Amino acid sequence: MIEVVNLHKSFGGQRVLNGANLKVSDKELIAIMGESGGGKSVLLRHLIGLVKPDRGKVVVEGEDITRVSRKELDKIREKFGVVFQGGALFDSMTVYENIAFPLREKTRLTKGEVREKVEEALEDVGLGGVEHKFPAEISGGMKKRVALARALITEPKIVLFDEPTTGLDPIILHAIHKLIMDTHKKYGFTGVMISHDIPEIFEVVDRIAFLYKGVIEVVGTPKEIRRSSDPVVRQFIKGSLIGPIEIT
Amino acid sequence: MIERFLRIVGSHAISVLRTMGHMLLFLLNALYFVFTPPFKHRQLLREIRFIGAKSMTVILLMGSFTGMVLALQIFYTLRKVGSEAMLGPAIALSLIRELGPVLSALTITGRAGSALTAEIGIMRITEQIDALSAMALNPVRYLITPKIVAAIIVFPLLTSIFDVIGIYGGYLVGVKLLGLSSGTYFSEMEHFVDMQDIRIGLYKALTFGILVLWVCCYKGFYTGYGAEGVSKSTTNAVVMSSVLILISDYVLGSFFM
Repeated sequence: MIEVVNLHKSFGGQRVLNGANLKVSDKELIAIMGESGGGKSVLLRHLIGLVKPDRGKVVVEGEDITRVSRKELDKIREKFGVVFQGGALFDSMTVYENIAFPLREKTRLTKGEVREKVEEALEDVGLGGVEHKFPAEISGGMKKRVALARALITEPKIVLFDEPTTGLDPIILHAIHKLIMDTHKKYGFTGVMISHDIPEIFEVVDRIAFLYKGVIEVVGTPKEIRRSSDPVVRQFIKGSLIGPIEIT
Repeated sequence: MIERFLRIVGSHAISVLRTMGHMLLFLLNALYFVFTPPFKHRQLLREIRFIGAKSMTVILLMGSFTGMVLALQIFYTLRKVGSEAMLGPAIALSLIRELGPVLSALTITGRAGSALTAEIGIMRITEQIDALSAMALNPVRYLITPKIVAAIIVFPLLTSIFDVIGIYGGYLVGVKLLGLSSGTYFSEMEHFVDMQDIRIGLYKALTFGILVLWVCCYKGFYTGYGAEGVSKSTTNAVVMSSVLILISDYVLGSFFM
C-alpha cells in the first residue's frame, strides 16, 4: 500500500535521509523508531507529500506521490489522516469545530450528520463534555486525543501518527496506545507511527522499523526486534550510552 | 578584492531577486483563489471583522487627533498670510489625498498586520498549516486569500472614516476653538475638493491594503523556527510594510499629481 524507495533528503547540506526504503502493507500498523533528530518526522512527512525528496519515490496505492500534480496529490491526501506531534489543532476553533472541520470542508454532510459523527468520535476518544473548549483550555493528553479524533473522523484508509504519546504520563500514554489499537481494529486503517515508547510499543504495532543514519536499518515484528542482534537495535532497546548511536 | 566584492554584491542581489519573485508568486497564487471557487465566505467575514471592525477605535482616535493637530498648525500658518478661510480645504485635501490613506495604513499595519503575521507564523510552527495541507485543503486559499480580499474591502472604508473624522476634528479646533465660521470651513472645502482627490485617496488605500496584507501574510507564512522566528517575521513585516507604504505613496503621489 505504501512503498518508500531509495528516499534521499538533505536540508542545507545536512543529509537526513540517505536512501531509505520501507514497505507498509494494507491495514498494517507499523512503528518507525530511531534517534531524536534522525529524520523520522521527515520520512513521515514525505509519505503525505509535505516534503519533496531530493531523490527517490513514495508510492501510495500504486501512485508515486513525488511526481503527481498538486490536484492529484490532494486527491491522494484525502485517503490520509494525520496526528501531528503537538496535535496541530486550530487555536481559533473549539474542540468540536476542530473535529468537525474536515467533514465541513470535505464532505456534504448535513449539520445534524456532522454533529452525530463528531459526538461519536468524541465518545471513541473518551472526551465527552469538552467540545466547547478551545485547545488552549485542555491538557496535552486531551489535545492528542482530539487530534486523533480529527484524524479519524473522515475514516481515512491511512493514518500517520507523529509521536502521539510524547510528553505524556504513563497512564495517558497507555490510554492513547489503547485508543490507537481500538480504533485500528474498528476502522481497519493502515497506520504509520513514530514512537520512542519501549517496551510499550511492542504490544501496539505489527512491525517496527529502525531508522539509522538516514536508512531503514532493521524491520521486523516486535518479537523479531526484541531478539535482534543488530547493535543499533540492541542499544536503542536498552537505552545504553555505549554503542553505534552517538549522543551529540 | 574587487572580484570578492562583486561576488558578495551579486549573491545578495540574486537573493533579493529570488525573494521578490517568491513573494510575487505568493501574491499571484492568493489572487488566483479570489476568482476560483470554493470561496471561503466565513473566513472572509472573520477577517473583515478582525482587520476592519476591530481597528475602528484606533482609526477614530487617530483620525480625530490628526484633524485637530492639522487645524492648529495650518491655522497658525494661514493666519500669517491672512488666508484663514482656506483652513477647510487645506485640512480636507491633506487628509483625503495624503494623510488619511497613509496614516490609516500605518495604523492598521501596527494593529492588525503584525497580529496576522504572528498568527500565521504560529500556525506554521505549530504545524497547523501542514494540517490544512494534510487535509487536502490549500492553506493559501484558506488563510491568505480571505485576508487579502478583506484588506481590499476594509482599507478604503477605514480610510474614508479616518478622513471624515479628521475633517470633523479639524472643524472642532478651527471653528469651535479658533473661531472660524462654520460656513467658511465647509463651503471652501466644497470648492476645492473634487472627486479626483477622493479617488486618489481611495486608490492609495487600496494599494496600501494589498501591500500590507501581502507582506504580512508572506512573512508569517514563511516564518523562521520557534518563537524567535515568529518575532523576527513580525518585526520584518511591520518595518517592510511601513517602508513600502511610504515609497508607494510617493510613487502614486507623483503619478496622480
